[in-house]
Amino acid sequence: MWGDWGEIPRSGLSYAALHNAVFAFLAKRFATFLATLFAASVLTFVALEVLPGDPARVILGVDAPDSAVAALRQRLGLDGPPLERYLDWIGHLARGEFGVSYTYSVPVIELVRDRLQVTVPLALLSMALAAALALGLGLYAAAHHNRRGDVVVMGLSQLGISIPSFWLSLLLILAFAVSLNWFSSGGFPGWRNGFGPALAALVLPAVALATVQAAILARFIRSAVLDTMREDYVRTARAKGLSANATLWRHVLRNALIPVVTILGLQFANLLAGTIVVENVFALPGIGRLVLQAINNRDVVVVRDVVVLIAAAVIVINFVVDLLYAAIDPRLRARDV
Amino acid sequence: MTFVRRALRHRSFAVGAAVTMLFAFMALLSLVWTPHNPTRINVRGRLAAPSPDHWLGTDQFGRDVLSIIMAGAQNSVAVGVVAVAIGMVGGVALGLLAAACRGWIEETIMRAADFLFAFPAILLAIMLVATLGSGAVNAILAIGIFSVPVFARLARASANAIWTREFVLAARASGRGPWRITGIHILPNIASVILVQATVQFALAILAEAALSYLGLGAQPPTPSWGRMLSEAQPLIFQNPMLAVYPGIAIALTVLGLNLLGDGLRDLIDPRLTRSRT
Repeated sequence: MWGDWGEIPRSGLSYAALHNAVFAFLAKRFATFLATLFAASVLTFVALEVLPGDPARVILGVDAPDSAVAALRQRLGLDGPPLERYLDWIGHLARGEFGVSYTYSVPVIELVRDRLQVTVPLALLSMALAAALALGLGLYAAAHHNRRGDVVVMGLSQLGISIPSFWLSLLLILAFAVSLNWFSSGGFPGWRNGFGPALAALVLPAVALATVQAAILARFIRSAVLDTMREDYVRTARAKGLSANATLWRHVLRNALIPVVTILGLQFANLLAGTIVVENVFALPGIGRLVLQAINNRDVVVVRDVVVLIAAAVIVINFVVDLLYAAIDPRLRARDV
Repeated sequence: MTFVRRALRHRSFAVGAAVTMLFAFMALLSLVWTPHNPTRINVRGRLAAPSPDHWLGTDQFGRDVLSIIMAGAQNSVAVGVVAVAIGMVGGVALGLLAAACRGWIEETIMRAADFLFAFPAILLAIMLVATLGSGAVNAILAIGIFSVPVFARLARASANAIWTREFVLAARASGRGPWRITGIHILPNIASVILVQATVQFALAILAEAALSYLGLGAQPPTPSWGRMLSEAQPLIFQNPMLAVYPGIAIALTVLGLNLLGDGLRDLIDPRLTRSRT
């Protein structure tokens, strides 16, 4: 039936059939979403608990007596058959009950809640910066196709893709913290000490993250705009006397931005991964730094719960983008056979 | 015009190939010669400024920076080659299997690829390291595993296109089985596309390894690594900022060279893609 989805307007399906088709489409997408979440939890569990290596032994060291290791294994919930432990863990997660950190002796959810106050604003600020920068550069390059401006923008974008975000972070610290002294070289004062200082602490990390994302996105926007500009309806708009600018805003941009939505969504996953590194460069107390500190402390409970939370966040975002994309462009549903 | 002549005239390919060859040469040269021993500590000569003896100066342990960068190229090349090999062999095999079998096998493989695609690669690396301990091997494994879905998707899409061609239909009509067709007709016809992707993945592997080493999850001391050079340089950024600049230039230039090489190869192999490439 999915093959007929694109034909709905022409074949004149009844309202009920259309309703069923939409419902089936949403159900299929939701089932995929749940399956992916399940797979993410299994992958995380297998990677951390079934692979060779004993976290309790790693925490206590190779010389620790077996009885101490066994006691710690029990405390960390690592004894018992793997399937039973998996079901126990996933059951608790489903009820919103997270584990208790071995290092901090507080529930993981509390740690996550604190750290999200840094990571979420950082990710949103980076995304907004990246989207604004990429839109400007991509449109400029498309408008100056095959001219000097296009070549310069594409060269800059190639360079942006090649620079590791953590090195760019160091260069930004060198320029704006060491030389110009405009920003601090790291740390986060917290939102309670005023909005301005907290936002200022996120500016350099956000620029470092956004530059790489913008470099990738600008190329997609340029390419999407160029493809749309070759469409018949754009030529018609120009032929009926619409100015180049009006055509760009009214016809080209609206259509060109459809594929960009998906790229933005996919990039969010990269952005979250990028925050792990960049937060460590700027010593920001976010989720990324929490994961890394947990690894250094061999705090498996924190690593397992936070990793699955980040994976779930990425999967939820991809799911929402998927739905948005289908809502914007009905042709896609026809291709989704 | 021959392929070689066209390649030499293609600006992006020529620049990319030259930069890539330079770094490959540096990695090979460092196997037999570096200006100084990259791991030899000399506390008296620490943080020396650039001089004829130490072109890029020395680090906080008195090691020659140029020598560490040269030896660090070995690490990047090794990680890139092995990770891309894992991704390419695994991904192409799965992609070809999906295209040859179709049905539920194809659906299962592609859904698994979609899932891995959505999972941030650095997270798996972190989990592997948390369980097995830090090290270059775990970093390579994690990077390699996450290249698998990229190659699987590409191989399957390219193979599906070849399966519909007349010469494949003729081979099927003459009674050849799917595995023989895959080996004789499909694989040789998708090899060029896979090669282009391999250069891009190589660049991504170098970036990922540098990030992991920076976080202390990749190659461990005393193995020279560009990412770890940067993390070691960070506390000295006020004192000796150039230590944080040189390894970054090495990473960025290598990645840029590989990206330009990939772009150039794509153009040369299929000139029709030039217009629409992103």
